[in-house]
Amino acid sequence: MSDKPKVGVDDYPLAEQRPDLVRGRRGKGIADINLKAIMAGEATMPDLTITPEMLRLQADIARAAGRAKLAENLERAAEMADLPQDVVMRVYEILRPGRATSAADLAAIAADLRATYKAERLACFIEEAAAVYERRGLFAFRY
Amino acid sequence: MTDAGRATPNRWKRFSDWDERPLRLDSFAVEDPANGFSAMAGARDPKPGARVVGGCIVELDGVAEADFDMIDLFIARHHLDPDAVEEAMAMPSIEAARKLVDMNVPRQELTRLARGMSPAKLANVVAHLSAMEIAFAYSKMRARRTPGNQGHVTNAKDDPLQLAADAATAVAFGFDEIETTMRVSRNAWSNALACCVGATVGRAGTLFQCSSEEAEELQIGMAGFTSYAETVSVYGTEKAFIDGDDTPWSKAWLTAAYASRGIKMRCTSGAASELLMGFHEAKSLLYLEARCLCMQRAMGAQGTQNGGIDGAPLAATMPGGVRELMAENLIAVWLDLECASGNDARSSESEIRIGAKILPYLIGGSDLICSGFGSILKYDNSFNPSLFNGEEMEDYLVLQRDFEADGGVTPVEESRVLDARRRGVEALSAVFEELELAHVDEAMKASVIAASGSRETESFMPRQVAGISETIKERGITVVDVIKALAARGFHEEAENLLALVKLRVSGDYLQTSAIVRNNRVISAVNDPNDYGGPGSGYRLSVERRAEISAIRDVLDRDEVLRAEATYEAAETRRIAYRSMGPARPGNDPDEVVIGLSPAFGLKLFRTLAGHPLSRVIEAIIAGIGQTGKRARIVRMHHTGDTSFLGLAAARLAGSGIGIGIQAKGTAVIHHKARLPHNNLELFSNAPITTLDHYCGLGRNAAAYAAGDMPEPVVVPTNGEALGARFHARVALIYAIETGLTRDGAVPEEIAVEFAGGTR
Repeated sequence: MSDKPKVGVDDYPLAEQRPDLVRGRRGKGIADINLKAIMAGEATMPDLTITPEMLRLQADIARAAGRAKLAENLERAAEMADLPQDVVMRVYEILRPGRATSAADLAAIAADLRATYKAERLACFIEEAAAVYERRGLFAFRY
Repeated sequence: MTDAGRATPNRWKRFSDWDERPLRLDSFAVEDPANGFSAMAGARDPKPGARVVGGCIVELDGVAEADFDMIDLFIARHHLDPDAVEEAMAMPSIEAARKLVDMNVPRQELTRLARGMSPAKLANVVAHLSAMEIAFAYSKMRARRTPGNQGHVTNAKDDPLQLAADAATAVAFGFDEIETTMRVSRNAWSNALACCVGATVGRAGTLFQCSSEEAEELQIGMAGFTSYAETVSVYGTEKAFIDGDDTPWSKAWLTAAYASRGIKMRCTSGAASELLMGFHEAKSLLYLEARCLCMQRAMGAQGTQNGGIDGAPLAATMPGGVRELMAENLIAVWLDLECASGNDARSSESEIRIGAKILPYLIGGSDLICSGFGSILKYDNSFNPSLFNGEEMEDYLVLQRDFEADGGVTPVEESRVLDARRRGVEALSAVFEELELAHVDEAMKASVIAASGSRETESFMPRQVAGISETIKERGITVVDVIKALAARGFHEEAENLLALVKLRVSGDYLQTSAIVRNNRVISAVNDPNDYGGPGSGYRLSVERRAEISAIRDVLDRDEVLRAEATYEAAETRRIAYRSMGPARPGNDPDEVVIGLSPAFGLKLFRTLAGHPLSRVIEAIIAGIGQTGKRARIVRMHHTGDTSFLGLAAARLAGSGIGIGIQAKGTAVIHHKARLPHNNLELFSNAPITTLDHYCGLGRNAAAYAAGDMPEPVVVPTNGEALGARFHARVALIYAIETGLTRDGAVPEEIAVEFAGGTR
């Protein structure tokens, strides 16, 4: 599933060891993100925003450091980085107990994540939650 | 009728004394495992167990797969490593416990084992360790080598100016992370912007969080004002978790959400939260917390804030509750999580319990020793008072110095703090004006810069703050706007510092375990791993760091003592003159009492430890001697500075055989010529509390002994002051000045003293 790791522990911190790899949302390298660029309006919030690629590199480093679970979280985050904020918050809300009324609600979310955002890991994660919620009666009414 | 005077006492009055101690405000609870009051041995704690069939966990801590609750399911699927389970679960708990405290067993071997251990197993292992062993194991197992600390920055008015000043102050003291929260939730954006600006003063890289409602907190983070979060709480029973309105899957989603926005995050859990929420399942604090921690590792959080947190005061009511808090922190680091180790909610009114609570963390180190040291005063702490607060900051700084332990903060000079506060206030005022959020007048600034707490400020009113906060949110102001505003108003360094912090999120380097920023560099468990393997390894204070920690204010040195004395010298010269009359001879007059002065008395040293000018002291003694018609003769000793020998040598010169020995610091003795040196008639050893009346009484009693009477000894009443702590450094320096003037075999010198009012 995972590709061959591109970086390891020796490449960390990336901003120091591999600045060539570090780029913001619009492809601007960190060396070009400076006060002058900010004042000129050439560097903006998207340039200060982490990308899926950076998160995957950090996942590689975490795995190389022996932290597979942290790596998996960073890989989920890499998929999530492309999700709009309202979608992130909407999915969070529906994952809370009693928000979804049936496993089908969550299945629909998973399908959308797969189809719209190619977020396979996130979709699987939602599907797993759906099965557990069903089993533990978490679709019960709360308010 | 019983005579009241003979009534049988019904109470030892010491208990009444004890009733008045702050300790008695603390409540204590009996151990009651069936009702959840057990630190480590719950009525229904399961026996450790895990069974793997075909790579799947089919049984966990006595529960079969079919009966797993959502927590068991999450742990079975995401925490337990099927390849490690068999070996780890088969290992006797005592053996694993021994490995934890064995400096020869590498940390990595233990973190590997933890991946195969069930919650009950982890709890069972650490329960074998004594408090000291837990502390040692914690120090060995924590993830990052360099210890750090986190401070709370809040105030009772949500006043942004004070937040900026206090954030700048917290940065000056060296906190790696600062956390704010609000009295009123709609003030979140104002609090965030204010702390964000204040934290740019003096240094880049202090991570900042604004604890608020989940969705809002994430939005504030996305606007770039904050860089970390620790509000993602988990609970150890299914019902408590659901009552907390979440599931492990919803919390795992949030965990990834923060990372996806380049924001560092850790989860939160801690002893007794399930007990407080009413869903403890008759299980111990430790077992439930072990479940929480396994879930957090399973979610892929880099770290945790644990060690009681809001439940710490409740845990501390139980036998072994404080040891349990240490034990749960140990499980956290054993699971390879960053640990912000609690020590925040103030768990006692007793300062002794507070000091004892912090010590293991202070000397053992922790990723963040406090997950909220109150950098502000207690009443300004919107999280509730912390274990340590603004009031006790200097106590903590001194503890670092005492134990040569890095508690993650650094003493700061008064002038530097004031500069930082001024700069923070000016920077925020400039940003407010540049972004047309508010106007700040000079009186507001001045009141905040000097204020110790919000009760002393004349600054923003709550309604104004709400307006500012709503405007920031509605206009979509981001950290980029703030950087521009700072730079436009000449706060170039602050603009650069803020940009440097925000840039960190592009690479995501601080998403790795235990990441903080030191000297503009991210350090974490990846590039600064705890490599403890016994003496000489792991974290050690560098020479520079030791010097920083030692540099508390108001420390004495010899020059300082001499300088202080010199300021008294001028006044004393006006009051008294000591005229040498040549070598002193033994006297014959039976009415004569000799006062033997120490070598530096009135020459290099001019006041007693109680602050009395030495001229007044001599005057009082002479007056006392004269009250019954006896006569004082004054001699200066050059062969000794010791009180006993000063007194005995004086007695041997006196016609009456009675002498007084007195040191410049005010310690005095009445002696008789025929007594052994240390078997004097009366000793006045508590110079710091000896008054001029006492010195007069000393003279009077010496005269009485000279007359052959046996007077009532003069008693200098003490209230139990720690006089050694207050004075011994000065005493040692002063006494060295006395001994420095002594010459072996030097003969006593007859002295005539002349007071400003005439000669005696």
